[in-house]
Amino acid sequence: MFDERKLRGSSTFPPHVIAEIQRAADEGLYYIRGAGAKRRVPTFDDLVFLGASVSRYPLEGYRETCDTTVTIGTRYAKKPVELKIPITIAGMSFGALGANAKEALGLAASEMGTSTTTGDGGMTDEERRSSKTLVYQYLPSRYGMQPDQLRKADAIEVVVGQGAKPGGGGMLLGQKITERVAEMRTLPVGIDQRSACRHPDWTGPDDLEIKIRELREITDWQVPIYVKCGATRTSFDVMLAVKAGADAVVVDGMQGGTAATQNVFIEDVGIPTLPAVRLAVDALQELDMHRKVQLIVSGGIRTGADVAKALALGADAVSIGMAALMALNCNAPLYEEDYEALGTRPGFCHHCQTGKCPVGVTTQEPELEARLEPKAAARRVRNYLTSLTLECQTLARACGKSHVHNLEPEDLVAMTVEAAAMARVPLAGTKWIPGSGGA
Amino acid sequence: MPKVDLSTDTVRDLNQRLHDLEPGTTETDWRVINPMGAHAVAVGLEASVHVEIDGHVGYYCAGMNKEATVVVHGNVGTGFGENIMSGTVICHGNASQSAGATGHGGLVVVKGDTSARCGISMKGVDIVVGGSVGHMSAFMAQAGHLVVCGDAGADLGDSIYEATIYVRGDVESLGSDCVEKEMTPEHVAKVRELLQRAGIEADASQFRRYGSARKLYNFNIDHAANY
Ligand code: SF4
Repeated sequence: MFDERKLRGSSTFPPHVIAEIQRAADEGLYYIRGAGAKRRVPTFDDLVFLGASVSRYPLEGYRETCDTTVTIGTRYAKKPVELKIPITIAGMSFGALGANAKEALGLAASEMGTSTTTGDGGMTDEERRSSKTLVYQYLPSRYGMQPDQLRKADAIEVVVGQGAKPGGGGMLLGQKITERVAEMRTLPVGIDQRSACRHPDWTGPDDLEIKIRELREITDWQVPIYVKCGATRTSFDVMLAVKAGADAVVVDGMQGGTAATQNVFIEDVGIPTLPAVRLAVDALQELDMHRKVQLIVSGGIRTGADVAKALALGADAVSIGMAALMALNCNAPLYEEDYEALGTRPGFCHHCQTGKCPVGVTTQEPELEARLEPKAAARRVRNYLTSLTLECQTLARACGKSHVHNLEPEDLVAMTVEAAAMARVPLAGTKWIPGSGGA
Repeated sequence: MPKVDLSTDTVRDLNQRLHDLEPGTTETDWRVINPMGAHAVAVGLEASVHVEIDGHVGYYCAGMNKEATVVVHGNVGTGFGENIMSGTVICHGNASQSAGATGHGGLVVVKGDTSARCGISMKGVDIVVGGSVGHMSAFMAQAGHLVVCGDAGADLGDSIYEATIYVRGDVESLGSDCVEKEMTPEHVAKVRELLQRAGIEADASQFRRYGSARKLYNFNIDHAANY
């Protein structure tokens, strides 16, 4: 009789590793995929709030106000961005996303009083129309970068890197380069498009300062200029962005998603969002610029608790990408046979690179896109943003805060030693912050 | 003719005045003196005006130009005429790196030499250089024409898409996926037209043409060494 107990799987070579070795052996090319890091990393889940008790008093839920407004760009911009909630929609290109998905995100964000962001390829008319507050990404590729669009933007985000691939450029595989996408990017239809990883006309922080000045001159110093970096050497990056004249810094942790990137980039480059927030806030405080240059944090934000914890550590706002797509039905158990055809299942899908998104989010194919009705999809995103905001307010009130920005590290403790070290809050039940020298 | 002295006025004043011009303005001829290497001079212009700059300028002069003609009587820093959409920008001296970078349309003329990455990621602009260009020129160039009357540095046209490069002198080396192509009478005529528009005298028949071999357009394991 076959004895199952004698089968011992290898920790070094679990089934997914064996499958990847054999895929590489067949194809001779790195694996390119969408979505964010799948490995386990220390997250905001490893922190908990210390709700009010005898030593602190809470605010009454539903009765006492807990403000959620945020102003971004108070440093230089004549017209700072005013947000009603501290949750923005991250940059995602038309091309990576279909037009319906872009429109749905724009409609939802506008209803909620927050911003959406363009991506590689420039601004579409649809997204400008549907987004009350639209952040225009200024990317290394400069695909579709037009000064008229720059002047129509409510803020400009100079993208140095993103959490899924700090140090890497964008990718959009040929199957997603339709005629419209190709025209927007001035590229032949159907090619595997590789975006540049460095800006073509500046390198280093001194040049960045001059570039930011040029963008301000072109837009007459009206709108805020953000600098977005993937989380790696976050202390230096934040300090240099501030020195270069940024109004806001966006730090994107390694859990941040992508439409198509080498798996090895997604899983093995960058640091998680949790330590990145702390490093960014420390850098701003060292320069006495905390709250003067706003900090937006992204990468794996899923719940109102994540939002509240990021704010408590000192962020001014967060940005969501993958979670917003999930509100649009990414990985929902619908059209399961189409997930199967991609070799995956709902809950496991990361196949945005194929252009065959079963739920019509990251596709340019009309019959798949039709599965995403923009108005209904916008309602789901709006509901999700509302839930996140209510959860964040609930936690803030429990800690006695009348504005979500009044949350502070002192309201948090860590459940694991590594989270305590990274977030620099004490391990629960102790006064111990690993690495701080305290007992 | 409005005259702006950058030893007394700021670049901000200059740009704001140029941005405030209404379509159909009669103030179409501008002179800028004492630029003293200032950055972002005459950027983001949208009106059909003519701006003459006497002296050297810093980075991004005439960046994102639309419609206007900007003429620099001096040298220019990095990113001269970057992301130009239309109009003409002319430098009578030498240009630093990334001249005409990412330009979508219009004409960029450098009468002297340019440094590295001239025409990087160009997207439809025409660039004519009277002298030589530095290494990695026309890197990832997507569309438009780069005409070089002198020599080209190493790795010309690396990862080029559909742009066309014409060089009269020596090419130190070609970048990945960039190859020499046949020069037909139509190409000679195109070079002649571009030289004429740029006001540069050279014999169009002496140029050679370079463009994409289109082998890197789709990922292919057999070309892995070139990626
Ligand atoms: S469901 Fe669509 S958006 Fe979500 S991971 Fe799969 S392909 Fe990408």
